[in-house]
Amino acid sequence: MNYDEKITNVSILGAAGKMGSGILLLTAVEITDLSFKKENQDKVFVLNAIDISNKALSGLIEYVRVQVRKIAEKKINQLREMYKDNSELVNNSQIIDDYIGKVLANIRTTTRMESAYDSEIIFEAVNENPELKIKLFTQIDNNSKNLPWFFTNTSSVPISYLNEKAKLGGRIIGFHFYNPPAIQKLVELINSEATLPEITEFAQIYAKNLKKFVVNSNDIAGFIGNGHFMRDALFGIKMVEELQEKYGFAKSVYIVNKITQDYMIRPMGIFQLIDYVGIDVCVYIMNVMNPYFVDEEIHSELLDKLFEMNIRGGQNSDGTQKDGFFKYQKGKMTRIFDLSSNTYINIEDVILADEILGPLPEKHLTWKKAVKIKENENLISEHFSNLKNTNTLGAELTVKYMKATKAIGEKLVTLNVAKTEKDVNDVMKTGFFHVYGPINNYLD
Amino acid sequence: MKKKIYLTAGYNTISMGTGRKEFNPKYSRPGIEHYIKEAGQSTIKMINGAENIDEIVISNFASSLYNNQGNLPGYAPFIDEKLKYKPSTRVEGACGSGGLALATAIKFLFSGESEVILALGFEVQNTMKAVYGADVLATAGWWGHRKEGHAHFFPGQFSDRAGAYYEKYGKEITRKAMVKWYQNAIENARLDSTAQEFHNSDTDLEKTASIEPNKKNFVEHLTVFDCSKVSDGASAIALMTEEGLKRCNIPKSDTIEVVSFAQAEDNITTKPEDPTKLLTTQKAVQKALLKAGISKDEIGTVEAHDCFSIAGIMAIEAIGFAEFGKGPEFVISGKTSRDGQVPFNTTGGLIGWGHPVGATGIHQAVTIWQQLTGNAGNSQIKINQNKPYGMTINMGGDDKTVTCIIYKKSE
Repeated sequence: MNYDEKITNVSILGAAGKMGSGILLLTAVEITDLSFKKENQDKVFVLNAIDISNKALSGLIEYVRVQVRKIAEKKINQLREMYKDNSELVNNSQIIDDYIGKVLANIRTTTRMESAYDSEIIFEAVNENPELKIKLFTQIDNNSKNLPWFFTNTSSVPISYLNEKAKLGGRIIGFHFYNPPAIQKLVELINSEATLPEITEFAQIYAKNLKKFVVNSNDIAGFIGNGHFMRDALFGIKMVEELQEKYGFAKSVYIVNKITQDYMIRPMGIFQLIDYVGIDVCVYIMNVMNPYFVDEEIHSELLDKLFEMNIRGGQNSDGTQKDGFFKYQKGKMTRIFDLSSNTYINIEDVILADEILGPLPEKHLTWKKAVKIKENENLISEHFSNLKNTNTLGAELTVKYMKATKAIGEKLVTLNVAKTEKDVNDVMKTGFFHVYGPINNYLD
Repeated sequence: MKKKIYLTAGYNTISMGTGRKEFNPKYSRPGIEHYIKEAGQSTIKMINGAENIDEIVISNFASSLYNNQGNLPGYAPFIDEKLKYKPSTRVEGACGSGGLALATAIKFLFSGESEVILALGFEVQNTMKAVYGADVLATAGWWGHRKEGHAHFFPGQFSDRAGAYYEKYGKEITRKAMVKWYQNAIENARLDSTAQEFHNSDTDLEKTASIEPNKKNFVEHLTVFDCSKVSDGASAIALMTEEGLKRCNIPKSDTIEVVSFAQAEDNITTKPEDPTKLLTTQKAVQKALLKAGISKDEIGTVEAHDCFSIAGIMAIEAIGFAEFGKGPEFVISGKTSRDGQVPFNTTGGLIGWGHPVGATGIHQAVTIWQQLTGNAGNSQIKINQNKPYGMTINMGGDDKTVTCIIYKKSE
């Protein structure tokens, strides 16, 4: 397998989407860097950015332009080395401008699927809809002479299922980036039993060049990331259902969100995270996962109901957050959905819930602080040991939640989704920015 | 000195940039007009009006690149309309521009054409990200060396100097001295409300600065704590003859007197003869001491050009306070600290106070004026009667354009 040769013609499906645009950016930078190598001087690198929307594609180029500049500024030392034989380009600004031009020149935007027929590598980042994925794979494979390799960014659909249905003969691998791909370090790599070893080899080199941290997940629906996240979300919803009789829906959502953020030292509370990922996306993922787990119900009537009410979360094209469990202004939660009245109410009206939870434990550690400190293990341990000895509703619910997420983590190992407990913790730390893994002994 | 020359009415704006609480790179900031006006008008007020001024010397390094603005003499009447139609001159010698402004003003006063001169230096650098600012700063070196130079050109140059110094005299002790230099700089800056590091509340400066230089993140032999800051700011001061003092009605007790000044220039297209020494600085200091007829041991305080901590250490050796290779010991033993043998950079220097390039030479003079006249507020050091002199060393580029001035309190 010649990596440089193989990557000369790549197509990205859904290139203008949230995930596709990031994958496009990183791949465009990767092939541009490869094009500087002496042995690649004669190669022509082609990166097709395929999407159904022309408008989105033109916005995509702007996105790439801005992001490549940031990347170029960061790696200016490397760029100066790459440009050392070009005596015309001397200043940082000249080199950066030229580099941006080269990256953009490698990208061909198009709405026509036919462009993919010449590619050796197909990156798929379309909606989490198995039938759509299968349809696209089949169409490309039937029209291509290359026996292309398919990289799917699916976060939940088993690779073996896609392989079988699209009749790819093992020319497919799961390469699951985390959102946003340009920033998140984690990639979940999923081999189906049939995946060709050469593809795995290519995927490993590609991930390494993109400076990604790889966790190998087994080919079971949801993999590690969503395997944990969906069950985490379902537990949060269950806790709301338990609390709402006493405190009402909105206040209960507020409470559980606060527990999962402030008490558990996470970057976002569980309901803010669902909003961020998208209620719709969560519903799709649960629908994909549910049939694969006979003894377990991976499904939420609450999420279905919100979905039907067109409360779907996710982001607008400018990156702002759409309404979900919360309404947001400049990234901050300002209002909260109340199921009993079907309206959003002011967050100030439920903030009284803080009193119900009781004061935060002594020496409370914030996620912002914890994430800045490299060796934060002792601080986290102290945080939970104080929490354990606190007699408030907040502490009680946190202990309950922590136990539940630990059980979810362990279950992923038992179900053979994850090979080790460390893999589960690594995914949560690198893909979800948690400062500790769910399988821990902080409360023992 | 052909004539007695006095300095008075020094003023510094805040040195704005990372470190100041008010600074947020995401929001728009005041431009050069704001800084020029604030510094110029403040000094003018202290000398009782612009009508007393005969001419203006403005120092700036690269406003044509940072701010798309050239023809800077035209800012004199902008400061005060009474300066309209009066002579105005801009001087440039990279980071040594301020020193050139002072030397130029002294010579204009010598010529008899003027009795009162406003010297004003400024730089507004935060108009671009550091990676592009590095391109601008690199023009203080020779273009012919730019291609082979580091992305952050000057840190690269002084990293090479530091590397050669480590090699010759030992890395451990030199790094230790550089850490101490940083500590002194920040501790002094905390005493001056205009300093860029005034808000620095780090409780363990030694630990902070004791990180190992990392070529991957920055340059091979320096850390970011060894570097001066990117700054927006202006400084102004008035220079005048005896005649000028009378005209402005300034008591001598509010002034310092220039004892001597010296300039030295080296060829910009060449690399340092010996990277472990600041030979041009040494030459300028020797000339100034000779002209003043004093010994280095009579210097009570120094404002040295610590664009990098290693340059501060090499300046100690260039002056002769320590032999070559012994500068680190001099710093570690506390001799440059504010209560030491010769307090250096008592308001933080370039690393602590800030380095608005074209203003730096004038800021140094303002600090000496404050210290010798007892106007330094919280930064005030005790001036020993046996060592009444203050020295400034302002350096442009990699030891290329150097001005050394020696002052004393006026009698």
